[in-house]
Amino acid sequence: MARAVSTRRKIITTAVAWAIGLVIFFPIFWTILTSFKTEAQAINNPPLFWGFDFTLENYAVVQERSDYMRFLWNSVIIAGGSTFLGILVAVPAAWSMAFVPSRRTKDILLWMLSTKMLPAVGVLYPISLIFVEFGLLDTRIGLTLVLMLINLPIIVWMLYTYFREIPIDILEAARMDGAGLRQEILYVLTPMAIPGIASTVLLNIILAWNEAFWTLNLTAASAPPLTAFIASYSSPEGLFYAKLSAASTMAIAPILILGWFSQKQLVRGLTFGAVK
Amino acid sequence: MSPRTALRASSALALCVFAAAASAQDTTITIATVNNGDMIRMQGYTDLFTEQTGIGVEWVTLEENVLRQRVTTDITTNGGQFDIMTIGMYETPIWGANGWLVPLDDLSEEYDVDDILPAMRGGLSHDGTLYAAPFYGESSMVMYRTDLMEEAGLEMPEAPTWQFIREAAAAMHDTENEVYGICLRGKPGWGEGGAFITVTANSFGARWFDEDWNAQFDQPEWEEALTFFVDLMNSYGPPGYATNGFNENLSLFQQGRCGMWIDATVAASFVTNPNDSTVADSVGFALAPNAEGVEKRSNWLWAWALAIPAGTQQEDAAKQFIEWATSREYIELVAENEGWANVPPGARTSLYETPEYQEVPFAEMTLSSIDAADPTNPTVDPVPYVGIQFVAIPEFAGIATEVSQEFAEVYAGQQTIAVALENAQALTNDAMEAAGYR
Repeated sequence: MARAVSTRRKIITTAVAWAIGLVIFFPIFWTILTSFKTEAQAINNPPLFWGFDFTLENYAVVQERSDYMRFLWNSVIIAGGSTFLGILVAVPAAWSMAFVPSRRTKDILLWMLSTKMLPAVGVLYPISLIFVEFGLLDTRIGLTLVLMLINLPIIVWMLYTYFREIPIDILEAARMDGAGLRQEILYVLTPMAIPGIASTVLLNIILAWNEAFWTLNLTAASAPPLTAFIASYSSPEGLFYAKLSAASTMAIAPILILGWFSQKQLVRGLTFGAVK
Repeated sequence: MSPRTALRASSALALCVFAAAASAQDTTITIATVNNGDMIRMQGYTDLFTEQTGIGVEWVTLEENVLRQRVTTDITTNGGQFDIMTIGMYETPIWGANGWLVPLDDLSEEYDVDDILPAMRGGLSHDGTLYAAPFYGESSMVMYRTDLMEEAGLEMPEAPTWQFIREAAAAMHDTENEVYGICLRGKPGWGEGGAFITVTANSFGARWFDEDWNAQFDQPEWEEALTFFVDLMNSYGPPGYATNGFNENLSLFQQGRCGMWIDATVAASFVTNPNDSTVADSVGFALAPNAEGVEKRSNWLWAWALAIPAGTQQEDAAKQFIEWATSREYIELVAENEGWANVPPGARTSLYETPEYQEVPFAEMTLSSIDAADPTNPTVDPVPYVGIQFVAIPEFAGIATEVSQEFAEVYAGQQTIAVALENAQALTNDAMEAAGYR
């Protein structure tokens, strides 16, 4: 039975939720606001919330100096590609771990996660040497592979948790009806796990989109995604905060919009199985 | 036409266009650089270079620390991603010694390599061979508010002492109006606060190492320098100076919040630019200070220079670009289009002999500061290293970053000077021992 919630309590919870939401969103809001200021107003102290000269000049300068679409396209391919490949590998892996676990399944899961505990820079040289050897430096396929491998443990873990919520009896029923392994995964398991897979895909796209170590260290002129686009506006000697903000806004806009539209799916997926 | 056929046809067409574009430009060089004003300006003129030579140019602009990591990885793994890289005075002699860079010993006669300022040439060479051509160079100097000094009834000498700087900071400090007597770098990082405290220490007679590579943080000069700096900043600096670097101080100074700022000479063109600075018409310049009776001043020497990594396939084209970008003609090109105050400073002697440039308010003091810096003889007592605000050994960046973190904790009031110096001494000696120097 649902608990009765007083109006007062509702108001307070809503206000607190909004306050926390605003605090989390504030840096992004500030970046967007700064991108419409002049460089002098961007560093003004006290900070200007209103009353500044609204300008689109920063966007014009950024667009003139760098080819945004090229970076965007690279980001889309790398983030999308690595997620697609990751799901392709992770669904069967998570299936076997969830439904036909062995004595070592738990250890394998933990071992996979442990690869995330090493700082990325620790394997910079080995990965760079492999890339040089195979001619993968500054290629989209190289980055797609690296990001897929980096995010794979997370994808497998997430899918494993979702799959565990699905009663094995349903799969067994399908088997008794004559479904093969391929049919079982493709037509029975996957449709049931769609919310979980969708949120895994979304989270992984966001992670890959924002990845800023390998994408900066393994690219040069041909395959740099939006992270490199932002980095090119950071300056050790000179104040370019407004332009940097404009570049950042342009870089996060696509993923922000994607997140906006898929909000329901994302929340549903992330809380999937939380309540039974 | 079915969608599939249409797709095929358009891909084929795109391929043809791409192939045609590629053949029109046989050679393309890739240049790694940082996002500094002068570099961005240069990118705007590269079309002219391509027109003149038929060599295409691709730019990869990176954040300074990422750039260092990126190009080091590229050189050591033979990645071959870059034909030219923008590096500084710290890396050039080390990388040159390792054979990672192409020597620039056969530059053309018109280029006039002897026109490069001697201090710059020295700092960008190893064993007398030039490994990188300076695009722009800098030292450090005092920038101060002439109006506030006048109000305070003081006159800035051309070569002030730290004691005078302290006196002037006290006189101009006005917390009610949020004007701080002095703004200096405290931010951790070997090239940020680490560089500043190192030159300050030089001007108090301290040094990083003795001739046997023993750390010198246990010597009284370091204690004196650090105590002076901390006391000066705690009394007359802006709050939270432990996290202020070049950009933070630039922003404070441009808004009229600092009486004085001691930093890179390139900042002069920013603080005197009326578009960005609210105090553009009331900035004066003086040599970086020293402690009374110490012969070394606290001015550093740095250059952003263009170098060619060994192993490039485009050595000739890369050399052609370097000769173009660091030439007298390039300086004239910028002067013609954007005025003399915006040309890349600190690289060529002839620039400072140009009458038009001599009229630029900060030109003379920049040259005097650069001339007064000697990377081969940076400290009062002899040292086994080259470099003023850094020690030109590969281990320095790591060590100095840690040391500057120890000091930043003092600036933030989290530890005492004695403890910080003790930690700095121990960690430096440990690292030097591990690296085989001691």
